[in-house]
Amino acid sequence: MSNQKVDCGRRRLLVATAAVGGVGGLAALVPFVSSLLPSERAKAAGAPVEVDIGKLEPGQMMTIEWRGKPVWIINRTKEMLESLTKVAEAVVDPKSEKNQQPTYCQNDTRSIKPGIMVAVGICTHLGCSPSSKFKKGAEEGMPSEWMGGFLCPCHGSTFDFAGRVFKNKPAPTNLEVPPHVYLTDTRILIGEDKKGA
Amino acid sequence: MKKILVALLFAPLLAFASSTAHLDKWPGSVSDKAALQNGAKYFVNYCLNCHGASYMRYSKLMELGLTEQQVRDNLMFTAEKIGEPMRVAARSEEQKTWFGAAPPDLSVIARARASEAGSGADWLYTYLRSFYRDDKRPTGWNNVVFENVGMPHILQELQGVQVRDAEHKLQLAVPGKQLPEEFDKTVSDLVGFLVWMAEPQQEFRQRLGVGVLIFLGILFVLAYALKKEYWKDVH
Amino acid sequence: MAANSTHEKYKSDGSLPGHLLEWVDARFPATALWRDHLSEYYAPKNFNFWYFFGSLALLVLVIQIVTGIFLVMHFKPDASLNANGVPVAFASVEYIMRDVPWGWLIRYLHSTGASAFFIVVYLHMFRGLLYGSYRKPRELIWLFGIGIFLALMAEAFFGYLLPWGQMSFWGAQVIVNLFSAIPLIGPDLSIWIRGDFVVGDATLNRFFSFHVIAVPLVLVGLVAAHVLALHEVGSNNPDGVEIKKHKDTNGIPLDGIPFHPYYTVKDIVGVIVFLMAFSAVLFFAPEGGGYFLEYNNFYPADPLKTPPHIAPVWYFTPYYSILRAVVWNFFGLDAKFWGVVGMGAAVLIFAFLPWLDRSPVKSIRYRGPIFKTLLSIFVVVFLVLGYFGTQPPSKAGEIISQLCSLYYFGFFLTMPWWSRMDKFKPEPDRVTMK
Repeated sequence: MSNQKVDCGRRRLLVATAAVGGVGGLAALVPFVSSLLPSERAKAAGAPVEVDIGKLEPGQMMTIEWRGKPVWIINRTKEMLESLTKVAEAVVDPKSEKNQQPTYCQNDTRSIKPGIMVAVGICTHLGCSPSSKFKKGAEEGMPSEWMGGFLCPCHGSTFDFAGRVFKNKPAPTNLEVPPHVYLTDTRILIGEDKKGA
Repeated sequence: MKKILVALLFAPLLAFASSTAHLDKWPGSVSDKAALQNGAKYFVNYCLNCHGASYMRYSKLMELGLTEQQVRDNLMFTAEKIGEPMRVAARSEEQKTWFGAAPPDLSVIARARASEAGSGADWLYTYLRSFYRDDKRPTGWNNVVFENVGMPHILQELQGVQVRDAEHKLQLAVPGKQLPEEFDKTVSDLVGFLVWMAEPQQEFRQRLGVGVLIFLGILFVLAYALKKEYWKDVH
Repeated sequence: MAANSTHEKYKSDGSLPGHLLEWVDARFPATALWRDHLSEYYAPKNFNFWYFFGSLALLVLVIQIVTGIFLVMHFKPDASLNANGVPVAFASVEYIMRDVPWGWLIRYLHSTGASAFFIVVYLHMFRGLLYGSYRKPRELIWLFGIGIFLALMAEAFFGYLLPWGQMSFWGAQVIVNLFSAIPLIGPDLSIWIRGDFVVGDATLNRFFSFHVIAVPLVLVGLVAAHVLALHEVGSNNPDGVEIKKHKDTNGIPLDGIPFHPYYTVKDIVGVIVFLMAFSAVLFFAPEGGGYFLEYNNFYPADPLKTPPHIAPVWYFTPYYSILRAVVWNFFGLDAKFWGVVGMGAAVLIFAFLPWLDRSPVKSIRYRGPIFKTLLSIFVVVFLVLGYFGTQPPSKAGEIISQLCSLYYFGFFLTMPWWSRMDKFKPEPDRVTMK
């Protein structure tokens, strides 16, 4: 057998076959890997959600489901908005510099309309849903300087009325603000920036 | 010797080949997008009132060359969101009480109706054109290829009323809104939509198949040359 | 493996992969396995077309396992009705076909693979018949092979219920009811198998478990045993003579060539040709004319309505015909029982081939007209039985099936006599290249 001498023709043929076969093998992986991506059903379930906030009184909060996650909509009172400036020193990221919101919500109130806050109600620490502690201090069983906001029951992270996390808490960043758009004055589409995009 | 045996053994088969009702050949094609759009319109307006297509999402209809807005405005009457399935307007349990049995889901009907007599498309094309008046039936309708069918002639306003004469031939007794040729085209388009809906990716599947076969052909040439090269050692 | 000790362990060439291999090889028989089963497994050099089907069966097994793993991620073995009034299991198959990215391809690979498996395995078994591959010393290879065939039939049967279509349901109903033919315990046995009084959710769930876990484990184990037994005694060949009779000074058979690279490059060609045929079906006729995916299985299972004509999938139909051909009561037991016995015996009788065949030569090349004629008729009979198994019951079909069944068993049972009487040609001493 001629295995001893290096046969250039054979080697070239071997490489060519292996290369073409390898390409085929890689192409055959595509369907299997892609099949793990979200299906049409998951995509349909994750489609944008339309909400009517016409009946949301000042100081009230509603929770809706988007992509299986709770999304809070809070109609903030003037007092709540004022609390945001008071706690600005105490929160980690007062100017919302970390990318936790669409650019159109990168402002002092983290919202499109100052009064209406939209946020994903999932703690940025390990994914629990914080509970609302809207009243001041001791009334909610919180320290006396508490101005109102949210407390995560799992590891005690606290957030203000704009979903900004307080310093020295386990949660690293502010609550996420989902993409949303006002279809009319009282209807919000959550999950999309532009209508019909 | 072998051939004679085969012939002997298979001869009786010919004699017993079963005879089934003749089916008209469906004249359409799933690559005719305009026809499919037309068929989708008829499907939504006539079929979807009672039959669901619950494996089929409205968003898939965009593959027929329609925009999301067109689908929403013209075809989507039983859902809020474009990603939802084409559900029937009525609930299947309610339908069971109305009709005795829930009308079957039509998502894959074109595949289910295939048989030795012809493709599912042929059967549907013949079936939808073969309703005739029969006062013995509770609905007043019967069908040549689906005897004692539970469904009334839903396309009657288009086709008109057929009766079965003494020679068991169908005759148009009362004309409908469409001429017979127009009605055939309507049914053909509707059937086309059903065929497409039964497997919306069927055309892509075939295109991909051509690619795969060409690729394997190239690989075959290389692998065969490689085999020849190695086997030079053996002989 | 005895051969281990004779192999030298791998010595690194100084490169990093070399060091790694040396480390592994000192702790695991990596290079020894490679040599024993590939680079120094000496196969006869005269393999022909028929010798592709073993490797192809292995390929299809891999296809089935890989696609199966991905299908299980999306399939739901649940017979209850969803909000749209469709059984969840049935709907989940259509979900795979439409909503899962590339799900249709994975599903068609699996459904086409099922039929391909049987085609390849039937041809592989026929090769054994042609060249006497089951004869001494390869009886155990053959028995493991029969075990694989049985496991494969079980696997196919359990798997066919899962899409929960009309054919799935009624096919399972009929086959499980066969067990009720067993005297005394039969009726209770079939209830026990179903876990319900009809084929239902419990049946679907246990069949799912068998299909995805139990039977595949058995199948893989048997395949390993089949290959190990083969590599212990060495492959047969189209001449049916032992290549180990003539060895060179190194103990290598003169007519043997290393499996790798010679048969690897050759089998790759076979694999590509197979994949072309496979793709042609998969991409252009995935229903296989109603034989690979039966039309009636596009209707969801309906326990209240039997389809007008039910038939098993094509690969079971020869045995189904034998089942239906038995219409007489014997010894106070009814025909149904004897039908089941006949069907079971028809499969199991293959296991006795090594002892039924008394021919002095192995290969058909050196056997005479009696074997050639009887084997040809057997093939025709098998196909005819298969054909009638797909057809609705008829009087003519029944009589032809009875005659064919008679021949089927007669072929095997009289083999000890006729296999000796033939006119034989002298076997060559060494293999021939044709």
